[in-house]
Amino acid sequence: MSHQAGSETTKSTAAKRLLAPGDGLRQWWDGLGRPQKWLFGIVGFGLLALLPLYPPGFIDTPGISFGGTMAQFVMIAIIAIGLNVVVGQAGLLDLGYVGFYAVGAYTVALLTSPDSPWNKMGATGFFSKDWAWLSCVPIAMAVTALAGLILGTPTLRLRGDYLAIVTLGFGEIIRLLADNLSDVTNGSRGLNQIAYPRVGESERLPNGVFSAGNSSGDANYGTWWFWLGLLLMIGILLLVGNLERSRVGRAWVAIREDEDAAEVMGVNTFRFKLWAFVIGAGIGGLSGALYAGQVQYVAPTNFNIINSMLFLVAVVLGGQGNKLGVIFGAFIIVYLPNRLLGVELFGVNLGDLKYLFFGLALVVLMIFRPQGLFPVRQQLLAYASSAKKLLSKADDSKAAA
Amino acid sequence: MLMAANINFNVDGLINGFWQLTIDGLSWGAIYALVAVGYTLVFGVLRLINFAHSEIFMLGMFGTYFCLDVILGFTPSGNAYNKGVLLTIVYLAIAMIFAMLVSGSAAVGLEFIAYRPLRRRNARPLTFLITAIGMSFVLQEFVHFILPQLIKGYGGSNAQQPILLVQPKAQFTVFGATVSNVTLVIVVSALVLAVATDIAINRTKFGRGIRAVAQDSTTATLMGVSRERIIMTTFLIGGLLAGAAALLYTLKVPQGIIYSGGFLLGIKAFSAAVLGGIGNLRGALLGGLILGVMENYGQALFGTQWRDVVAFVLLVLVLLIRPTGILGESLGKARA
Repeated sequence: MSHQAGSETTKSTAAKRLLAPGDGLRQWWDGLGRPQKWLFGIVGFGLLALLPLYPPGFIDTPGISFGGTMAQFVMIAIIAIGLNVVVGQAGLLDLGYVGFYAVGAYTVALLTSPDSPWNKMGATGFFSKDWAWLSCVPIAMAVTALAGLILGTPTLRLRGDYLAIVTLGFGEIIRLLADNLSDVTNGSRGLNQIAYPRVGESERLPNGVFSAGNSSGDANYGTWWFWLGLLLMIGILLLVGNLERSRVGRAWVAIREDEDAAEVMGVNTFRFKLWAFVIGAGIGGLSGALYAGQVQYVAPTNFNIINSMLFLVAVVLGGQGNKLGVIFGAFIIVYLPNRLLGVELFGVNLGDLKYLFFGLALVVLMIFRPQGLFPVRQQLLAYASSAKKLLSKADDSKAAA
Repeated sequence: MLMAANINFNVDGLINGFWQLTIDGLSWGAIYALVAVGYTLVFGVLRLINFAHSEIFMLGMFGTYFCLDVILGFTPSGNAYNKGVLLTIVYLAIAMIFAMLVSGSAAVGLEFIAYRPLRRRNARPLTFLITAIGMSFVLQEFVHFILPQLIKGYGGSNAQQPILLVQPKAQFTVFGATVSNVTLVIVVSALVLAVATDIAINRTKFGRGIRAVAQDSTTATLMGVSRERIIMTTFLIGGLLAGAAALLYTLKVPQGIIYSGGFLLGIKAFSAAVLGGIGNLRGALLGGLILGVMENYGQALFGTQWRDVVAFVLLVLVLLIRPTGILGESLGKARA
């Protein structure tokens, strides 16, 4: 009898483990001390950084530069982290996130592209050629955060499902503005020759390692942008992680779980929702600035509303609320289409079918696993680790007795 | 200002063309209104923004095209067919019924495949919305990439070769504005369908069921209303109207039959539903007409390229000033 019960529990835990691939990893991670966590984190990100230099055969993307794919991945990962603050942490469905991405990209483009009337780069301009991109990044983040504030202030008082549609409209309005205000944005022709960091200039690479001219080998400009993006992503991760563990993060979770209850408990819901919205917008702007720098060209078609949905897929797939999970989600949505590029099945290019697959994945996931592949764990947020220790001690004593 | 160069304030154009703009706007508004009914009914019953409704409309356009092309045997050509008034009306009616069947069954299928399993699991509202977005992807990309493999010459990245059944021609003038035959067909058929839907919701037994579930689904179930059947009917009605709207739209925009052709119209129709008061049937009809007309005024005032911006700004303004819409929200309470 007892034997049978035992086998049943092992079976159910095996099934559970299959459904929650992150649980074992998380348990191991929780058992580590703080210095160990830092050590493993540094080693892990170091290995990730080395990936494009020594791409293992089974991961490599034959159809397209692997460094470029990784650069794209890290940009989408930053977006996913930002969107995760809005959707996963605060529970606000934002369908127009691509609008913030566009604002960030266009801010950099308008300030540094020679096609733009507001170009501040050049011999007499405010920015020097070498530092133009880097100095535009904080400006882009600030402008985007301001856009978030302007959009959020009136709309965050609305019900959740209305917010989704208003943000959708906002994303579309931004794209239409970029298309229509052709005196400033050059319309559908877009803005060319956007600034990028000038580092490592040499005979072979007169414009530095970040220029599109550095296109051969494993350490091409995509790889360099990946490294730069990875550094920024780690910074954003630390920032967002600290916010999550603070009073702000607890307020977000409270709002997500039950807005009325949070309000009754004295959480200023509107203010914290606005915070989430603005911080998320700023992070989106950062990613947009990265994009503008890497591609050195922005046009309205790059900011179609369908990209917003794709960002949302990354967050939902990875697990809303779990910032490492959404990075994994971002990896999937960037890597799979690039990997499948050029692979044909029944005369259809599998790389083209990405939206079909992601749509199916969303539908199936929502039915069978709405919390995503790596769901956020419900944990004691107040008094974090001390409370956990106290509880586990109580559990131990109970087990001993 | 630099930016002002792209926005004009052509007040004269608006005043001179006022009646013409109104009439054309009404024909757009009639289409928005029919699609908006689908959003509003589903929202009233399930509290769900059926994001994939725009794709139901898109499938209706393809249904129309398929019927004209394969069943009725019109080949796409640059010239309009001239079959005489009576015969044209018969052909249009057949195509409309076919489009309605396609959209209606697609809507019911959508409900069955995507939303019903979620209801059984008591999913959160956000889960429903994300599923709707996913289904919207699936349906669009199905037409984009899979349909051309199944039926040669259908779907794909390009719009269908237009089949012109009705050549737009001025019929008579009202207040100096010409009314074309296309406008006439659109407005009259939309009016008939709107009245029929209003009667179905407000006077029939099924309509009473829909209103009951919208008002309080638990109590309605206790009173012997089959909630699942009501939900299915709601999706069916929305789908049927979207199919009819799809045919009318292809009369107005024959070159618009493309996989992505429903998206923008869907958002606008949703805006129309919110404008009139989402969940409220008559609100959706009124909101559709208002949106169509306002869009035309805005286009005349600011320039053609700002047409879509006008619709979105209107949506944002309505939500800010009167989130419950012009006629208020409740499907149940509208005619309790």
